[in-house]
Amino acid sequence: MQQHELRRIKMFNRRAAILGGAKLAMMTMLAGRLYYLQVVQSERFHTLAEENRINLRLLAPPRGRIFDRTGHPVAHNKQNYRLILVPEQGGDIARTLDSLAAIIPLDDRERSRILDDIGRRRRFLPVTIREHLSWSQVSRIEVNAPDLPGVSIDVGQVRQYPFGAAFAHVIGYVAAVSETELTGDPVLELPDFRIGKNGVEKTHDLALRGRAGNLQVEVNAHGRVIRELARNEGQPGDDVTLTIDAGIQEFAATRLGAESASAAVLDVGSGEVLAIASTPSFDPNAFNQGLTHRQWSELVNNPRAPLINKAISGQYPPGSVFKLVVALAALESGIAGPSHRVWCAGHVELGIRRFHCWKRGGHGHLAMTDAIAQSCDVYFYDLALKLGADRIAATAALLGFGRSLEFDLPGERAGLVPTPDWKLATYDRPWQKGETLNVGIGQGHLLTTPLQLAVMTARLVNGGRAIGPYLTRAVGRDPSAAAPEQAPAHSLGVSDWSLRVVREGMAKAVNGPRGTAHGARIEQPAMAMGGKTGTSQVKRITKAERDAGIVKNEDRAWKDRDHALFVGYAPVHQPRYAVAVVVEHGGGGSKVAAPMARDILIEAQRRGSPGGGIPTGALGRNAPEDA
Amino acid sequence: MARGTLGTGRPEMTLFGKLEQISWTLVALLCVIAGAGFAMLYSAADGNLEPWASRQIIRFAVGLGAMIVIATIDLRHWLKWAYVIYAVSIALLIAVEWIGTVGMGAQRWIDLGVIRLQPSEVAKIALVLALARYFHGLTLDDVRRPRALVAPLAVLVLPALLVLRQPDLGTAVMLLIGAGAIVFMAGVPMRYFAALGVVGIAAVPLAWQFMQEYQRERIMTFLNPESDPLGSGYHILQSKIALGSGGLFGRGFMQGTQSHLNFLPEHQTDFIFTMLAEELGLVGALGLLLLYSGLLAYGVAVALRARSQFGRLLAIGVTTTLFLYVFINVAMVTGLVPVVGVPLPLISYGGTAMMTVLVAMGLLLSVYVHRDQDIRRRPGGDEP
Repeated sequence: MQQHELRRIKMFNRRAAILGGAKLAMMTMLAGRLYYLQVVQSERFHTLAEENRINLRLLAPPRGRIFDRTGHPVAHNKQNYRLILVPEQGGDIARTLDSLAAIIPLDDRERSRILDDIGRRRRFLPVTIREHLSWSQVSRIEVNAPDLPGVSIDVGQVRQYPFGAAFAHVIGYVAAVSETELTGDPVLELPDFRIGKNGVEKTHDLALRGRAGNLQVEVNAHGRVIRELARNEGQPGDDVTLTIDAGIQEFAATRLGAESASAAVLDVGSGEVLAIASTPSFDPNAFNQGLTHRQWSELVNNPRAPLINKAISGQYPPGSVFKLVVALAALESGIAGPSHRVWCAGHVELGIRRFHCWKRGGHGHLAMTDAIAQSCDVYFYDLALKLGADRIAATAALLGFGRSLEFDLPGERAGLVPTPDWKLATYDRPWQKGETLNVGIGQGHLLTTPLQLAVMTARLVNGGRAIGPYLTRAVGRDPSAAAPEQAPAHSLGVSDWSLRVVREGMAKAVNGPRGTAHGARIEQPAMAMGGKTGTSQVKRITKAERDAGIVKNEDRAWKDRDHALFVGYAPVHQPRYAVAVVVEHGGGGSKVAAPMARDILIEAQRRGSPGGGIPTGALGRNAPEDA
Repeated sequence: MARGTLGTGRPEMTLFGKLEQISWTLVALLCVIAGAGFAMLYSAADGNLEPWASRQIIRFAVGLGAMIVIATIDLRHWLKWAYVIYAVSIALLIAVEWIGTVGMGAQRWIDLGVIRLQPSEVAKIALVLALARYFHGLTLDDVRRPRALVAPLAVLVLPALLVLRQPDLGTAVMLLIGAGAIVFMAGVPMRYFAALGVVGIAAVPLAWQFMQEYQRERIMTFLNPESDPLGSGYHILQSKIALGSGGLFGRGFMQGTQSHLNFLPEHQTDFIFTMLAEELGLVGALGLLLLYSGLLAYGVAVALRARSQFGRLLAIGVTTTLFLYVFINVAMVTGLVPVVGVPLPLISYGGTAMMTVLVAMGLLLSVYVHRDQDIRRRPGGDEP
């Protein structure tokens, strides 16, 4: 072995040690790195791995149903059969669509929309082909399933309002969540989720909504669901039971007909609203799928305002109906008794102004109940002047005017009861005596809602108890669960004697031979009603018009015609139902509104909704005699 | 058992004798590692032999046969053909520029029908052979002369540049470091390496200036993968999540969520180590590294026992090639080096790396079998 070879071997061995050491060091570094990742950082990465693979999906809860007082569903969920196609299971998509077209008609536009959807989304995600399939279409698709690879039927839920327009203003409607309504609750961001936009759907939206469940699924990197890990079935929305009687409601809506009108029917003992209708109306089912632009603008631009619930959002001068308030105020304050008499010559003079009675030539001598029954303006000018505006306003407030009744529907207006203070604060001008006269016959600045009129009527005939109107009987899964026992409404502190006089006037107005609503009386004695007509002026009648005789409604434009009002109750001896009807620009209260109220009261009594009425004895035995 | 000679005057071994000399320990080690690979491919296919494990088994069987054949070929033949093999590999690297096919990123291959030949893989072996032969012919004193370094530098840089053009950074780095290891083992003075190191560090800011924007981005992504978790940092981040969630003992065979739910990309090829570590934990990962370390230690032992400088350098060279595969792959999937696309030999699905490593192991075994051969510095010439 030569010298240089030995040196080379020594050099090689030394360097082999260095190289081997270096490799060992690098392997150790790898081991250290693995230790760091797999032991030190393990927990953090484990969490990240779980976040990767576990996907939380929300399960939209079924919306609670809404029932009327008799248990009829007035809002429920219908199965929506949706035809879906999973492209990756679909094989030849074009052939599948051809086979489908034989069962459900598919036009070219739909076809290209479907192909677009398929192209845009990942192939394992379902594409909706058609919604709202009929049952026969569903069964034909099921039968042909072998020829339709990747096609399946998906069941969703869609809100359904079986009574349609008749309940539209009570129940409202549901629609897709808008940007501003997002609260951070993730369920609101589900594409198919609907929330209440109006009516009871809105008032009780949170209860009806329920609690979203969730589904934990394992997904792969492409988002495909591999398996279900856990399922938490949220909680379906609570059912809501209303005080409304669907029969009366539907009848009232039909009876109002094509007029721009509204009506409210109350149980006088409890304040339960049995019907609250507003016409014209709209089909709430249409809001589910979203309205077309044309449908929407037709609804919005209609001068008769179909979207507005006029029973609570419409504000009208009450006209002669308000004479009941003035009469009560006069009786309670002791200014006038039932025997107080006034001579009506057809008008009175105040300063240089002349205030007319509706009856040209006047009523002659009248006592109070006859003045109510014949709606003499001059009689109530006299009472109003003696009372002053403030005392009238106080009694009006007692009966529920001038502020919100805290009714359980959105959109309730407060109305307005003017006083001298109010006028000074609002117009910075002093109150004129003539305005007191106007208030005395329910005109001027006075504004009331039909619901307030119905509440007033109920309070007048239920023994003076401060019932408040409501239409939610129960909220909860079990519709048979009774409403919580309502504490009897407290007394308004009005004397029975005064109330009896007013009621007697109302009974005479309908049943008395000279009563303004005599033509609309109910013939069956057991169902007979009492009430008060009202005709409120929209446009002042000028002297020129009066002289020219252009005072008939029929001669004026619709917008200028008088509002027709009527408040009534029945049965006249044992009041149970109070009703208020307002027909916008309908003409006279006795001719237009009173017959509607009569028919509604007959229907209500005929149906005899259980669990209503006022406690026996509350009225005393001395119910007023009718003529 | 001496029968016949091949110019050394030493007795020649029979084929049977050579087979007897083959280290079956090393073969067993290879089989164990490959077996782990089959298991992981089986898992990667959600418990199916198809499509990966079965083919990988066939490839391994073929490769193992080739390895045994190579092991029995006389070392002097390898010496004689070393430059020819090198020249062929360079020719292939040039040819692939024109007739090659690009696929799966940047690697180019020539489709030969039955197999796809990757010239860059041939170059890995060829470069080792050429350099081993070159330095075999030099004395230690020759090696110290700077002039002697001109030829090996050229031999080394030519294939590296060709591969870099493809562009295949991972293979280029492997070629350079592998060749560097042989140069180092040949006895080139340390000062050259020190100088190279200084120049290299000095060149970093300069190189940064010359880099393209996307190349800089790639390096930034490597340094901070979380900055772009859905873009280029995605692979490495998901790999780290898989590794970390494996923990000490792993999530269980076929239970890795990251790999089975496809969060981990390339889990049957470049990132298969991650999958193994996710399913078998730190214990499994270190176990595999230990098996590789056994192979590497065995390579060094073979080198130390070889009598010829050619054998020694060849053994070190192929061992270093194996080491570089393993190190770069594991460092890559653990986020220590940028993702360069180097597979884990014997485990990752694919025939190319497996063939290279089995040929390399064949050469190592050949060195072992022929460890007692003396080989003259110049073939056919006289020993001084």
